[in-house]
Amino acid sequence: MILGVELAYWQQTIIRVLAGLVAVLLLTGGVVYLYLFKFVSFMQSRLGPMEAGPYGSLQLLAEVGKWLQKEDIHTKDSDRFIFGLAPAIVLTSTFLMFVVIPAGPNAVIADLGTGIYYVLAMSSLSVIGILMAGWASANKYAFMGALRAGGQLIAYELPLVLAVIGVVIQAGSLNLQDIVGAQSTGSIFGFDGIGNPYILTQLIGFLVFMIAVQAELTQTPFDMPIAESELVAGYQVEYTGIRFLVYFISEFATAVGFAAVASTLFLGGWALPASWGLSDGAMHVIGPIMIATKAVFLVGVVFWVRFSFPRFREDQLQRLAWKVLIPLALANIALTAVLKVVF
Amino acid sequence: MTAITDRQKLQYIAAKAADARVNVELETEGMTLNIGPQHPATHGTLRIVARLDGEQVVAAEPMAGYMHRGYEKLTEVRTYAQVTTLVNRIDWLGSFANEVPFILAAEQLMGVEPPPRATWIRTIFFEMSRIANLILFLGDMGVQLGAITPVFFAFRDREFVLDQIERVTGGRFHPNFDRIGGLKDDLPKGWIEDNKRTMDKVRSFCDEIEDLLLGSEIFQERTRGIGVIPADVAMQYGLSGANARASGIDWDLRRDNCIGLAYPDLDWKVWTHPDGDSFARFWVRLQEVREATTIIDQLCDGIPSGPVMAKVPRIIKVPEGEAWVSTENPLGEMGYYVISKGDLTPFRVKIRSASFNNVSITPWLLRGVYVPDIITILASLYFILGDIDR
Repeated sequence: MILGVELAYWQQTIIRVLAGLVAVLLLTGGVVYLYLFKFVSFMQSRLGPMEAGPYGSLQLLAEVGKWLQKEDIHTKDSDRFIFGLAPAIVLTSTFLMFVVIPAGPNAVIADLGTGIYYVLAMSSLSVIGILMAGWASANKYAFMGALRAGGQLIAYELPLVLAVIGVVIQAGSLNLQDIVGAQSTGSIFGFDGIGNPYILTQLIGFLVFMIAVQAELTQTPFDMPIAESELVAGYQVEYTGIRFLVYFISEFATAVGFAAVASTLFLGGWALPASWGLSDGAMHVIGPIMIATKAVFLVGVVFWVRFSFPRFREDQLQRLAWKVLIPLALANIALTAVLKVVF
Repeated sequence: MTAITDRQKLQYIAAKAADARVNVELETEGMTLNIGPQHPATHGTLRIVARLDGEQVVAAEPMAGYMHRGYEKLTEVRTYAQVTTLVNRIDWLGSFANEVPFILAAEQLMGVEPPPRATWIRTIFFEMSRIANLILFLGDMGVQLGAITPVFFAFRDREFVLDQIERVTGGRFHPNFDRIGGLKDDLPKGWIEDNKRTMDKVRSFCDEIEDLLLGSEIFQERTRGIGVIPADVAMQYGLSGANARASGIDWDLRRDNCIGLAYPDLDWKVWTHPDGDSFARFWVRLQEVREATTIIDQLCDGIPSGPVMAKVPRIIKVPEGEAWVSTENPLGEMGYYVISKGDLTPFRVKIRSASFNNVSITPWLLRGVYVPDIITILASLYFILGDIDR
């Protein structure tokens, strides 16, 4: 039931998918303007775009228009079919992530029982697209970038998954709605005024998750696959025009996606504490705003780190994943399991 | 019991070695990677042909010459006053410092002594161009390592220095201010007071870079122990400037062989670092910028009064002879060997620029490093393409 009108299942699905697409693209555009254009400009003591629209707010439209006009260039030796398919796979993996992220009691495209498992599986599909892009470009820089991306994304899948397991143990469910519910109905030693957001109990898990997200998004300090001062742009080096635009959208949409997942898992998601006694109808309005705010805030943290640090070297990055993050995440799981049994 | 012969011993060792090779090293096909001429890390048109095994460099060869402009030959058809316009463009970030050794050589040949005020102002601008040059290095090193914010701070604070240079000379990049026998103009009114504030800004920039970049663990991990140049190798390759001082060679032409500049009258320090790695090169340059600000403050405080131009004939004819003058420029030792046949133009000018020698060490230095370290090492060696190719 939407706005009092009884709709068939397929009609509901279409509305949900369209609303999801609009929400994702709007959030992505907002994040690009807010952080990539303005936040970073103020960090670097410059103004950023100021001409297109008030305070450059229409700059993104101008950029998209520019990319759409550009010639679609293939290199001579490139494998054309795979070259064209690669960005589509990366973008698909990004959008599939959003399918199970809830924005309200009923505002979710598909309420899967294995929600978080599905999100992590879909997000790791992008590795295939990146490897395809690197191989099909027939360019040494692109190839090296793709191989680095392969090693990096697979290495950081593990801490990402292991960090989530602590939350799953505590909530007792893989379903994202259940995890949100567990946080909003939870209490801290009997005090239920703010629910029980898992960032308090799963702080280690949250930090490991955010570091792994930074690496999954290939943002500095983990941006060797792109590394514009070494590999020029890594696997994206031969892409122009609309295909590059697709990579651009997917990069920032994935950032929003991971931030939304992190805010669902650790910051309470769309929900306000159950003790506040708000109705489902009210939460359908407040919920999307809640999760969007939290997600945008977390993307801001990602970009803050990105524009502050130099990048690691490939071996240092692997060392961080295997020697620090994974043991830390495993210890967190053990601790969570023990405390779950004790309390 | 049979005795083991030498031959058997050798066979045993060879078999073990072959086993080790098969087991440890998977034979892979190498790859040749062209870094440049168009590549962000070469800031210009240097080309490095690297033979890679995986991500490891087997051999690397720098190829200069994509920007050769033939300045040595061009000087032969320019009068002495016109040559400064050309040599301004050798190291384009610290232009004024390029003019000084040539003018000093010409003055030596003519036997002209510039007035003391001119010498002091020359020294001020010599150090100003060092700051303008090295500030950009401090920011650019961050960009090469992936931190894009420091370079904006570098450009912001470099602008204050360039403004000061512009107020006196009229040019931001290419002042063309040095004349045989002195300088074109005196300092404008109020310049010295403003310069104090500019130097404060430069010092606060150094503190900022120290917090943002030098103190960062990632930066230290990326630069410490990367591209180590021992002191004897540095000397064999003719490295000079901060690259040599970062290898522990306590050698600075400003102190050890100062010709025609005001350094002996000042209280300052030559910074060295014993490590010889990329971090040391960054650290030494950071300290040199700090030292340059104190040098300039001292010069501004104690500047003598008087004219800024000695008596020189209107048409400059340099008497027959040869002169070699080298100074400690921002990039290292820069020298001019000027041969005059008593004409309006030099007969022959040989330019010794620092970057050419500094880059010549790359084949030795890049062997066995990983691709990301190529970028670190090139950035920390710090070359200007105009200074390599001339």
